[in-house]
Amino acid sequence: MSEFKLRLRRYDPESGSAPYWAEYSVDLEGHRSVLEGILQAKGETDGSIGIRCSCRAAICGSCGVLINGKTALACHTHLDKAARHAKDGVIEVEPMSNMPVIKDLIVDMDAVHWKKQQRVTPWLINKEPIPEREYIAPHESMVDITQSMACIQCGACVSSCLSMEIDPLFVGPAALAKAYRFVGDPRDAQQYERLKDLAEDPHGMYDCTHCFNCIEACPKGVAPMNQIMRLRRVAGDHEIVDRNNGHRHESAFVTLVKDYGLLHEAELLPRSYGGDSWFGKFHPNAGKELLDSLPVVVKGLMRRKMNPKIALFGHKLPKDALGEVQRIFDTVESRPARDELNLYIKGYDEDDSGAQDSGAGGPEHANNAPDQGQPGQEPEESPVR
Amino acid sequence: MPAHDVLIIGAGLAGQRAALAAADAGATVAIMSKVHPVRSHSVAAAGGINAALNPEDTWESHAFDTVKGSDYLGDQDAIEIMAREAPEEILHLEHIGVTFHRNEHGQLGTRAFGGASQARTYYVADITGQAILHVLYEQLMKYSNQVDRLEEWFTTSLIQDEDGTCVGCIARDIRSGAMEVFTAKNVILASGGCGQAFKPTTNGLIVTGDGISQAYRIGAPLMDMEMVQYHPTCLVENGFLITEGARGEGAHLLNGDGERFMEKYAPNKLELASRDVVSRAEQTEIDEGRGAGPDGVGIYLDVTVVPKKRTLEALREIVNIGKDFAGVDITREPILIRPGQHYIMGGVRTDADGATPVPGLYAAGEVACVSVHGGNRLGANSLLDTLIFGKRAGTHAAERARAMAMPTPKAAEAKRREDVEEIDAIIARPKTGRRISSIKEELGESMNRHCAVFREEDGLRQGLEIVKHLQEEAKTAYIDDRGTVFNQDVLGAIELGYMLDCAEATVVSAIERKESRGAQFRTDFPERNDDEWLKHINVTTNGGDDPAISYSPVTITKWQPEERKY
Ligand SMILES: Cc1cc2nc3c(=O)[nH]c(=O)nc-3n(C[C@H](O)[C@H](O)[C@H](O)COP(=O)(O)OP(=O)(O)OC[C@H]3O[C@@H](n4cnc5c(N)ncnc54)[C@H](O)[C@@H]3O)c2cc1C
Ligand code: SF4
Ligand code: SF4
Ligand code: FES
Repeated sequence: MSEFKLRLRRYDPESGSAPYWAEYSVDLEGHRSVLEGILQAKGETDGSIGIRCSCRAAICGSCGVLINGKTALACHTHLDKAARHAKDGVIEVEPMSNMPVIKDLIVDMDAVHWKKQQRVTPWLINKEPIPEREYIAPHESMVDITQSMACIQCGACVSSCLSMEIDPLFVGPAALAKAYRFVGDPRDAQQYERLKDLAEDPHGMYDCTHCFNCIEACPKGVAPMNQIMRLRRVAGDHEIVDRNNGHRHESAFVTLVKDYGLLHEAELLPRSYGGDSWFGKFHPNAGKELLDSLPVVVKGLMRRKMNPKIALFGHKLPKDALGEVQRIFDTVESRPARDELNLYIKGYDEDDSGAQDSGAGGPEHANNAPDQGQPGQEPEESPVR
Repeated sequence: MPAHDVLIIGAGLAGQRAALAAADAGATVAIMSKVHPVRSHSVAAAGGINAALNPEDTWESHAFDTVKGSDYLGDQDAIEIMAREAPEEILHLEHIGVTFHRNEHGQLGTRAFGGASQARTYYVADITGQAILHVLYEQLMKYSNQVDRLEEWFTTSLIQDEDGTCVGCIARDIRSGAMEVFTAKNVILASGGCGQAFKPTTNGLIVTGDGISQAYRIGAPLMDMEMVQYHPTCLVENGFLITEGARGEGAHLLNGDGERFMEKYAPNKLELASRDVVSRAEQTEIDEGRGAGPDGVGIYLDVTVVPKKRTLEALREIVNIGKDFAGVDITREPILIRPGQHYIMGGVRTDADGATPVPGLYAAGEVACVSVHGGNRLGANSLLDTLIFGKRAGTHAAERARAMAMPTPKAAEAKRREDVEEIDAIIARPKTGRRISSIKEELGESMNRHCAVFREEDGLRQGLEIVKHLQEEAKTAYIDDRGTVFNQDVLGAIELGYMLDCAEATVVSAIERKESRGAQFRTDFPERNDDEWLKHINVTTNGGDDPAISYSPVTITKWQPEERKY
């Protein structure tokens, strides 16, 4: 047993006073969770501390909070680790961000998280006819969407999302991960319509800025940002053009890197808006967009973030390096199917032998995500609960 | 005042399935839950769900395994219905979007499970309960126009009209503290088990027996309450479940002397003997002073004998549980476990349509006792039970609603005021009594001491004394929170009362059953006694100090009781 100090952000909506900090000491082993610490304080000292919780095992999704400023599940964070990361040794716990606070550590998930879930038509729209037996669906696609099925709707990603902070209308990481669960489901009839809807919504899937926060915050290895990338790639397959021009921008990006080995900034914009070729800049849309972004370009030049020569003529790569880049493209493009990374297929991030595909381990903190196991490797007497 | 054809209390698998079925049958429906529906404890079920769906399998085989597993206390008519309807239900779940595991041909694939003669367990990785619960909730969102969702509403009482028919409930909006009357032609209780009355338990903090107690208080009989399932491998520290898969992979159980004690109890099957046998063996070692760990209260589960690579592949989940929740790397050192409460086979007595003896009141899921599990539930049969009988209750209640007018219960407002006053009184209690948390702690530990794996008359009587004493103390236990918004403290006090009711019914039933069957092992009556005890024990309140006990027969269709050997 050791003593830990907790500093909780308290707020009583009925008191008329502002939120305040309150400190509690608890006596527990270091590998016990912050939730157990809070529950000890609640049970023994002050029963009015508000926090949602039930399972204590990172499965019900109730106990999302900020611990030392970072979103996490209270039941999935060790006291000793939290104390090490605390600035003065006192573990600071606050309600999650991006959602209104109801009381103490309890936030209004309905107003934000669940509203956004509703936004993505979160139910299966069946392919007709519905078969008499099960739908025949490839093992791989079921495994693929099981990663987003692993979401426990805790809202940690929503709390940590940078885009959401700037644009509260952004559909957001959890809802987009949910969307992929249907887009990737071979039983769903409206893949195209779903993607078009989320592509054309200015707050849709192109509103994500790839800040990685949601991947880091997610306790179940759902990696919402990766699901968003999948949505975009499938939208690309359907040639869906979005309002933000995100898809064209992305393909211009790829073509440029392929042709020049590095990004050619001066070509990027015209190609994104005018069409993905050298002639793109002569398209009227491109001209308008170029004029609009002139102030940004000038600013960049003045602050020496860009030099005029590179801006106009692009980076130059040695010939053999360019060849290397093109070989990467050839290899990837020659694959019969896109190889999506998925924790459920290749998630052996701790395997000592190191023989597994190392690129596929996913983020380290994703290791609590349930593992599919491989067919034929089921324990003889399988998990009985 | 909100009024519905069907009001469902509880939004786990049983409740959500009932809501969808009642809506499909054309009823107006409301579903109420004290937590957001996806937080319900059904989310924790990992292993899977049984159905005889493969062409080589038969429903009779599934039914027989269940009957045998129940130690012949299960009602065979209900078990037949469950086994027959299971395949259709799995296909229904598949059609609405559950991402069941597929085989190499893209068809549904199965895994083998304990106590089953065929591999008939369907699953989604190790998140089966979560996947089904979340998909049902997707459907509820789709049904937003047909089903009213009352999320974070806490039911405090059921209401009855003059002739005793159940016509709704009183509930508290947890967010605002408002207390309201909900009128309904039918109420379906789906509020889960009562695991929190035990410590340790694998159940979540919200599993406090609310519905069992609420039904009991309006006169519904509780059946098979003595049948409490203990799982052999729960973490000593917090009761978390370590799956049987660990032992399936070859992990050993060691006592404090490092001895592989299962050699004494089950020389052939060793660690893989059936759940009740292993739990009893562990408890014997602990009771006789050969326990492991501090205070000798545990047993070592040694996974280090399993090749490390294999552990990381096949037991990944428990590697994480060990690391995250016990601070132990199970690939390097043994982990301390002990038997822990996992499931209750008993509950509010219902027929195969989910109807209880109280008119207008249905029950489904862990709160109910149909009885399909009898003395012992098989793994992966409980999710099935929640869905089949949830659906049947929903459909049946909707039908019953069609033929009747909306009740206008006269006593409702008085009951509401009574509940408001009770809550105000709890809030106003002086800080002189005990804390709620300390009474709850003592209850859990006492139940685990006197009413767990081994039971005998004296211990059970002591347990009953303690429960009664705690019931008295609970009347003056004080709380800190004086507010109305999210006052979890006052709800905790109410839940304590529910748990104490469940505990009392459990101990009383265990004292009554003077034999050993299924989960009930009486050291003073170590044999099964079909002549006298092949019957259900029912417990009802009778207004006095002690509950009234009665019996009901076990329904036997095809399978006469035999000795249970594995
Ligand atoms: C760790 C674990 C693993 C398991 N694994 C398996 C498995 O693999 N296979 C299997 O078949 N079974 C398994 N089980 C058992 C199975 O999960 C449960 O028996 C089943 O899910 C119970 O479902 P339910 O719908 O009856 O209740 P729950 O899911 O417990 O739902 C109860 C609902 O009632 C609500 N409620 C309760 N009280 C009130 C109140 N006062 N007011 C309003 N609402 C209220 C709650 O909010 C909740 O929505 C497992 C159990 C555990 C604990
Ligand atoms: S990666 Fe995108 S969705 Fe994820 S937190 Fe950042 S901005 Fe939000
Ligand atoms: S994606 Fe992860 S962080 Fe976001 S709600 Fe789901 S489980 Fe929580
Ligand atoms: S308590 Fe369930 S996720 Fe933390």
